[in-house]
Amino acid sequence: MKLELRGITKRFGALTANDHIDLTIEPGEIHCLLGENGAGKSTLMNVLYGLYKAEEGDILLDDVVQHFAGPGDAMAAGIGMVHQHFMLIPVFTVAENVMLGHEQTNAAGVLDLGAAREKVREISERFGFHVDPDALVDDLPVGVQQRVEIIKALSRDAKVLVFDEPTAVLTPQETDELMVIMRQLKAAGTSIVFITHKLREVREVADRITVIRLGKVVGEASPTATNAELASLMVGRAVELTVHKDPATPGADAFVVSNLSVVDPHGQLVVNDVSFDVRAGEILAIAGVQGNGQTELTEAIMGLQQRVRGEITLDGKSIRGLSVKQVLAAGIGFVPEDRKEDGLVGEFTIAENLMLDRSDGPPFVKAGTLQLNYLKEFAEQKSKEFDVRSQGITTPVGRLSGGNQQKVVLARELSRELRLFMAAQPTRGIDVGSIEFVHKRIVATRDSGIPVIVVSTELDEVVALADRIAVMYRGTIVGIVPGDTPRDVLGLMMAGEVPDSVTSPPEGAAA
Amino acid sequence: MSQPTVPPVESGPPAASTPGSNDASVAEPRWHGVMREIVGGSAMISVLAVVLAMLAGGILIALTDDKVTAAAGYFFARPGDLIKAVWDSVSGAYTSLFQGAVYNFRRPGFIAGIKPLTETLTFATPLIAAGLGVGLAFRVGLFNIGGRGQMLIAAACAGWVSWSFELPYGLHLILAVVAGIIGGAVWGGIVGLLKARTGAHEVIVTIMLNFVALYLISFMLKTPGLLQAPGSNNPKTPAALPTAVFPDLLGPQFNLHWGFIFVIAATVYVWYLLNRSNLGFQFRAVGENPNAARVAGISVNKMYIYAMLLSGGLVGLAGVAQVLGTVTTGFSSGIDAGIGFDAITVALLGRSKPWGIFFAGILFGAFKAGGFAMQASEGIPIDIVVVIQSLIVLFIAAPPLVRAVFHLPKPSGVRLRRPRTQTAAVTK
Repeated sequence: MKLELRGITKRFGALTANDHIDLTIEPGEIHCLLGENGAGKSTLMNVLYGLYKAEEGDILLDDVVQHFAGPGDAMAAGIGMVHQHFMLIPVFTVAENVMLGHEQTNAAGVLDLGAAREKVREISERFGFHVDPDALVDDLPVGVQQRVEIIKALSRDAKVLVFDEPTAVLTPQETDELMVIMRQLKAAGTSIVFITHKLREVREVADRITVIRLGKVVGEASPTATNAELASLMVGRAVELTVHKDPATPGADAFVVSNLSVVDPHGQLVVNDVSFDVRAGEILAIAGVQGNGQTELTEAIMGLQQRVRGEITLDGKSIRGLSVKQVLAAGIGFVPEDRKEDGLVGEFTIAENLMLDRSDGPPFVKAGTLQLNYLKEFAEQKSKEFDVRSQGITTPVGRLSGGNQQKVVLARELSRELRLFMAAQPTRGIDVGSIEFVHKRIVATRDSGIPVIVVSTELDEVVALADRIAVMYRGTIVGIVPGDTPRDVLGLMMAGEVPDSVTSPPEGAAA
Repeated sequence: MSQPTVPPVESGPPAASTPGSNDASVAEPRWHGVMREIVGGSAMISVLAVVLAMLAGGILIALTDDKVTAAAGYFFARPGDLIKAVWDSVSGAYTSLFQGAVYNFRRPGFIAGIKPLTETLTFATPLIAAGLGVGLAFRVGLFNIGGRGQMLIAAACAGWVSWSFELPYGLHLILAVVAGIIGGAVWGGIVGLLKARTGAHEVIVTIMLNFVALYLISFMLKTPGLLQAPGSNNPKTPAALPTAVFPDLLGPQFNLHWGFIFVIAATVYVWYLLNRSNLGFQFRAVGENPNAARVAGISVNKMYIYAMLLSGGLVGLAGVAQVLGTVTTGFSSGIDAGIGFDAITVALLGRSKPWGIFFAGILFGAFKAGGFAMQASEGIPIDIVVVIQSLIVLFIAAPPLVRAVFHLPKPSGVRLRRPRTQTAAVTK
């Protein structure tokens, strides 16, 4: 089926998220929609899927204008969407999830699970998905859950499949498998729209690439374009994709974690006997696919987890069992992975957020009273230093872009006297320009002799920043390897395998 | 448990549930969003909600008026009569509301004319105090609907001090006020403590403590030696000693008492607390985003306890104003007069801002004072005032409705928290 978007314009108040976007997807092609976060890719797809109503423009399927009032219409017309965050019900089986919203019943009004099962089996066999229709979705690995989403779309005879940032949650290996699946779908005549901001994937799988920037189509590229060409199209200027950093000059062991285990509120062991150390003036990257215990590990270090065993020492002093306030006071700067939920108070101003974790004493508080003049001065200065772009320090941070929000978090954490800096997913969801800035600040922090931990699921970021890399899988550290370890080795480790080439690291810290 | 039959990947990592679901610690983000929408609405919405409610009230007044009904019977013969009847009925009602609440032109002299306004302020005094308590809790993300219980306990404490001791002027009053505030604070603090320690939801706990307080006080009112007036069989307390009663603020011809000054002071204090103190900063951080507050080293549980203590104390001040200012001749278990619940409306109308609550409290005081006048002079049931009050809440709780009626633009300003699901994105 040929899909055509003509002059789609979508505005949110003063913001034009899509500005006369034209896009044609030929039958049986993989069309990549490349753009930074906030460029308007997802908005465009939500318009296509009937979730938003466009102010102007038409959607045409096989040259017939469509009017979608909601996702139901879009689905009926043959458009399927695989969302970044899966729309599955974890306690339902695969078959139940697939028939959800299209339940068939027999004469007695009883759900016809058999038919749904059969459908799952049939689609699964056709594409070699190996999905058990009776498995509970909750028990399935993320990659398989994604296949369930694909089956769901295909079971409704989708002729156009939209993948919204599908690889964000996958291991490199699972990503490769997804690429294979996408090629199979294409061979079967399905048109695919593939939304991403990862350049390597685009070049691997796309037939055509459309680049979107600030709500406008800025150009088409062929899959043979180089990373640098694509990046500069995306950002609108030449970007440095690599981080310049001098070799590390590590000092003594500053931060040591030994035999750390964390049990989460559901009673599951989410961090299992983890040991590592970070020396002054080096960056240890903790790599791994989302959800392998990195979050809980950072929370345990910060004192945010309740059931923690093992030892955590900073400069020889144990910090395990301290409250968050005490951990912060011990000199740990922390950039949480979900800045909107955990890092910032959205309705607070930039200035207020800059004092968020120092609201208990000088310099911001004297005799229980906020020192507003000092705060103003401090905020003005830090906004300038960290290049926070806003209408002023009284702007609520919720109104800032992701990159500027992250700069506020960085400014807050780096303006204390630190003895350890820990950043979780420091560049998630921020624009390329801000990524450059954040990376530079992280390296600068390392160079000033502070031990740094960077937790990241992005292999590019890990490779760019790390002096050493610890790979986590299912709560354990698979191995700690040097920063120049090849990507394919890291990819295998992220899937839990330890390649022969990885010898036990000199620190001997691998579990 | 069925294992997937996928060769390359084994079963999922223990923590690998769907991404983005790792904030299990605070399990009420949706609830929070709704509350923020209601509490954080603009001043314009509050004003328009009042206007809309008055309009709807006007329709009700017209509908229930006999003359209007009669005129409607021959509408096609003389439509002018109906319009006139509606106008008379509605304007008469609201005029008498105004005369009962602000200034009565029919009475001779300024002193007599202005008396309604002082009545309004007298009614407003406990409403503002309790509204400040409820509003403060709102700002910390807590829904304190235990105003009734906190007021009753506070009234009992203040009342007991007011008739049990013989102390000099001034000292006795201060002591009684402090006792009442402490009583309310303890009753509220229990809620905070339970929430912090056990995670019990404050809405349920406050409702239940309302019953506990009501029947506890009822029991004490019936038991000689506790709260019951000696030598009486009625469930009623002794009168407060004159040394413990709020002095008249403007002289004996007005009912307005010094409680109003206390309430002004409380408003200033809450303003300082929320906008200038570090405790208020932490309160607001917890109220807006408890996750971020926790990560920033603020003890969310402690804030819940402190907030409920302060909230209960402020509501307690309302109970104090009742027994030491309004009903000084002994009270029964109805002393709260529904103020604990009206306070929720006042806090909502005032958008949980101290001065907003102050003026919302005065408006509601005016409704109370004027409602009686309306009933007396026009024969309009005082229930209509309750309907108007309820409609105000309804309109405040539905900002999109008010915006639609007045064709207001949606608040600009990008939402910080991205919608968790696609459907949530559409409903905005």
